[in-house]
Amino acid sequence: MSAARIGAAPGLGLLLLAATALLCIGGVAVGSLGWEPLWGRAGGASSILWEIRLPRTLGAWLAGALLGLAGAIAQGLFRNPLADPYLLGSATGASFGVALLLVAVGMSPVSASGWAAHLGLTGAAFVGAVLAVLLTLALAKGVQQTLRLLLAGVVVGMVFGALAALVMFLAPDIMRSMQAFLLGTTAFLGWPGVALLGLVFVPSLAVALALSRALDALSLGESTAMSLGVALTPVRIVLVGAMALATGAAVAQVGLIAFIGLVAPHLVRAAVKPTHRWLLPLAALAGGVLLLGADVLARGLLAPQELPVGVLTAVLGGGYLIWLMHRRPM
Amino acid sequence: MTKWLFSLLWLCAVPVQALTIVDDRGVAVELARPPQRIVSLLPSLTEMVCELHACDRLVGVDSYSNWPAAVQKLPHVGGLEDANIEVIVSLRPDVVLLSASSRALARLKGLGLKVVALEPKTQADVQRVLRQVGQVLQVPDAPALWTRIDQGVNAAARSLPAALRGTTVYFEVDGGPYAASESSFIGEMLTRLGAANVVPGALGPFPKLNPEFVVRADPQVIMISDRHAQALQDRPGWSRIRAIRDGRVCLFTPAQGDVLVRPGPRMAEAAQLMAQCLQGRLKGKGP
Repeated sequence: MSAARIGAAPGLGLLLLAATALLCIGGVAVGSLGWEPLWGRAGGASSILWEIRLPRTLGAWLAGALLGLAGAIAQGLFRNPLADPYLLGSATGASFGVALLLVAVGMSPVSASGWAAHLGLTGAAFVGAVLAVLLTLALAKGVQQTLRLLLAGVVVGMVFGALAALVMFLAPDIMRSMQAFLLGTTAFLGWPGVALLGLVFVPSLAVALALSRALDALSLGESTAMSLGVALTPVRIVLVGAMALATGAAVAQVGLIAFIGLVAPHLVRAAVKPTHRWLLPLAALAGGVLLLGADVLARGLLAPQELPVGVLTAVLGGGYLIWLMHRRPM
Repeated sequence: MTKWLFSLLWLCAVPVQALTIVDDRGVAVELARPPQRIVSLLPSLTEMVCELHACDRLVGVDSYSNWPAAVQKLPHVGGLEDANIEVIVSLRPDVVLLSASSRALARLKGLGLKVVALEPKTQADVQRVLRQVGQVLQVPDAPALWTRIDQGVNAAARSLPAALRGTTVYFEVDGGPYAASESSFIGEMLTRLGAANVVPGALGPFPKLNPEFVVRADPQVIMISDRHAQALQDRPGWSRIRAIRDGRVCLFTPAQGDVLVRPGPRMAEAAQLMAQCLQGRLKGKGP
């Protein structure tokens, strides 16, 4: 099947799906002793597969997909290839929300268990992310001026990061929980987390896809979009909401994992030039592949020790961007 | 002539009275007389000074020093990364005891203070550093104190029933999860008690583990010194671990955690805590 016959975007989609499938196999086969397939064995092995590796693998993929999707939405919505959940301040906003929640509930080994904790963390991260994005947009006075938007995003990110650090300083008890969170970790992803990520992923992707024509229109400029009959304000509100929800859910489950939201859409655009109808799902696929790949490496490279997964995503994603910039001077 | 000779001898004798300590950087620090105003920037060093009956010579300690009770009233001058140089200088210490990795070291030395860098990390280090602190204080008690500590640890080990030897243990120092391996101070203590640490020393003293590793090692006892670690039963797959099924999880209090993780003079107490945990006489609220 040649790429020409089935079209470049679906071809890339198939490629990414194949990579996902391969990495899923890798994800359940790489354990605490490195490469070590457990299928076909009886007893404890299958429950390790089922209770630990499978949810961790699916969770890492879903979190990466959410970040990739959020990045694609942000870049389309703000017509800015640099827009990413981090540069708009939403990720640090989410971490501030989580820090406040940890202090409020008095983070203790007993209180942080089960569904309530997962939902609470996601809610706090979501509220923090929305607040930070709204503040960035207010500071930037809209999305027209690229430089102003980025500057506002950086400032808001700094301020929320500093506030989160202040909360940690005032309540050193949460320091350790926050530290794991700031580094990003996929180590403790279980079925509740996976279910929550999935529950957020499906509607976020559906909403984004439903508005993909509006995003295409927006890329031609606001006045053109309006003349094409796009109701700008409601579209923006819904898309910012979807982006913040996607970011908040991912950040609440795996912590601050850098670069995926920025790199995933670029990766897709470097290969094909799709409309948003294809870009959004492809960016999600690419994000999932990137984070799952990083997670498998983080587990496998030094097994039974683990590398911080955020370090690997930055190295992988950042390395790719550097190579891209080197190859094609912008 | 003999008068001259005596004077010469006298001149030679004076520098001998001044004490020279070679600290853990390999730097020779000269102390003209026994220091009377001491600042300690490491909890284990604070504890050693006090156990050598020189608590009253401390004029300031770091923010984490909290034992014995007497040091809680002293000025607290910050931690490893944020020691307050100005406060330390204003306390006019004769000597500052600190860790070789302390950021304050170069600055304090530059300001003309005597600094002695000591780095207790293993049980052998504790013995050595105790002797060095004894030299700094110029008290003779250090060897006797070490013998007492050593005997205390041996007594705790002997108190364990033979059936408990070889009990497999996972000791978590941070919810990362970071474990204490065989090569850590904590691991050395477990070895002396006859327990089998599930985390091999080759991984370094405090490796960040894949949580799956612990599930597969299936330890009989879990010890946790970080009270803010994620709930054990909430971790994927952990409910299958023997220690959690049998309720043999020790969630140490912060005060107990200090005793366990500090390579200092309370080693015998640490050994007793672990022995009690292994015997199931020290149940935390966990799992």
